[in-house]
Amino acid sequence: MRVKALTIRILRQIIRDKRTIGMLLLAPILVLSMLYLVFNGDNYEPKIGFVGIPDVMIDTLDLSDASITEYDDLLAAKRDLTEGQLDGYINFSNQELSVHLEGSDPTVNGATIKWIQSTFSNLTDGAQSPLDVHYLHGSSDMGQFDYFGPVLLGFFVFFFVFIIAGVSFIRERTTGTLERLLSTPIRKWEIVVGYVLGFGIITMVQSALIASYAIYVLGMMMEGSFIYLLLIILALSFTALTLGILVSSFANNELQMIQFIPIIVVPQIFFSGLFNLETISNWLSWIGPITPLYYAAAALRDVMVRGYGFPDIYMDLIVLFGFSILFIVLNILALRKYRKI
Amino acid sequence: MMEKICVSVQHVTKQFGKHIVLRNLDLNIKEGEVFGLLGPSGAGKTTLVKELSGLDIPTSGTNIVLNQRMPDLKIINRIGYMAQSDALYEDLSAKENLQFFSNLYGIKGKRQQERIQEVMQLVDLTDHLYKLVSDYSGGMMRRLSLAIALLHEPELLILDEPTVGIDPVLRKRIWDAFFHLNKKGTTIIVTTHVMDEAEKCDRLGLMRDGSIIAVGTPQELKQRTRTASIEEAFLAYGGEGI
Repeated sequence: MRVKALTIRILRQIIRDKRTIGMLLLAPILVLSMLYLVFNGDNYEPKIGFVGIPDVMIDTLDLSDASITEYDDLLAAKRDLTEGQLDGYINFSNQELSVHLEGSDPTVNGATIKWIQSTFSNLTDGAQSPLDVHYLHGSSDMGQFDYFGPVLLGFFVFFFVFIIAGVSFIRERTTGTLERLLSTPIRKWEIVVGYVLGFGIITMVQSALIASYAIYVLGMMMEGSFIYLLLIILALSFTALTLGILVSSFANNELQMIQFIPIIVVPQIFFSGLFNLETISNWLSWIGPITPLYYAAAALRDVMVRGYGFPDIYMDLIVLFGFSILFIVLNILALRKYRKI
Repeated sequence: MMEKICVSVQHVTKQFGKHIVLRNLDLNIKEGEVFGLLGPSGAGKTTLVKELSGLDIPTSGTNIVLNQRMPDLKIINRIGYMAQSDALYEDLSAKENLQFFSNLYGIKGKRQQERIQEVMQLVDLTDHLYKLVSDYSGGMMRRLSLAIALLHEPELLILDEPTVGIDPVLRKRIWDAFFHLNKKGTTIIVTTHVMDEAEKCDRLGLMRDGSIIAVGTPQELKQRTRTASIEEAFLAYGGEGI
């Protein structure tokens, strides 16, 4: 009954606060859209100069996907490379090909080398049938966005729930309403559970909308069941919520709450699979398994990219709910500061 | 007539680290009286009333409220507490605030509607029931805060500086509400540093530096010190002025 009263109050407050609603719904959608455009943009077209390459040779090459400039003079090519007109040039002299790159941007280097290798490979080896590649998961169409998507989705839910729950609990403390709550017969666990339910409902709506947008509008890869996705996000948002409230007990105002973001939220991105976890140096690799996002990202990828079902994600879910229960208990203990019983 | 004790503070000391806020306090407050705690800020009034409301515990000693040792959830249900800050949800309407707190006290349905009407009438805010609290003036917020503390018809009302920053007309209105409740049997503990407010209490406890330096009716305190006002009485008891 008291839990219900608290849940209803939180829902009323959030619904009345148009800005927070906007922040919860529109901000993730906006950022996901931008990331979609960034990651799924056209492939980079390298600008390559040909120096002294005989026309007979050029005729056999497939010159699509690059802009080619032909030079008669090596010095002119060098000058253009220095001025940034070219990403690289290929020099043909003494029956040898040599490649010179501008070299300051690794992405451009990679694209240039890749193009040169694939274009000149059939020249050296003659015609070769392309390898027949099979995918266990994903497909050749799968882009960066599909791989990062699940992690980003989890991250947004975590980030926004963490901030909003933490800040609203701080407000409860600084305006004195927490003290007033505690001067009623409400129990401490009822406060924490009321918060979890109120924000839990909001997050369910939020994540259902964001996930639908990512999958059905942006076309993010979705192999598994939508229900599992929601289940994982629910578990993650409980963790974010209870952690946000807990962290807020160590902050005296909203600004101090924001200061926790670089310490608590940002590192989770690095250790949750946005970057390849196996390349993280050994003395830091223990951080991943203690961050909630690590488990949520693994489970989301299993469902969205690999199409796995419950048997493959339940361990991650248990860990996430375990985190929530731990934080709930710590929250109840932290509330003892304000009332002993 | 045998007077019943409502609140009994026994050898209560409160320390925050090295800082002593309450020094071995002893105090009895009788059922049905308006008891004023008068003293400068920093004297320990708020700490004492918080302990009586169950929001804090003494470092040593005991607080007995309504025959139970505090803190106790059942007793909390019989106490109305109004803190110095208004502690309202400003993004909700007055009615939603009242509904929320009455649900916490387990007041439901028709009874809830009745109580909301009654308390709003008492603080003269009936016309502003559906307004958002953020549109309220400071005085209205104070009265709404009082209304919330009265929802569950507490036997003991604890008010921490209830009229601070409020104009004299409104202050009189709020005190009229206190007397109205007091007549119906509610014991009221009120902290203040305003002299004319102190005069309205049945009995006063003068506080300074965590100690109670004198207790008595305003009349007694003035007579004992042969002074004409509470302020002079306070100074005569060793308070350095408020």
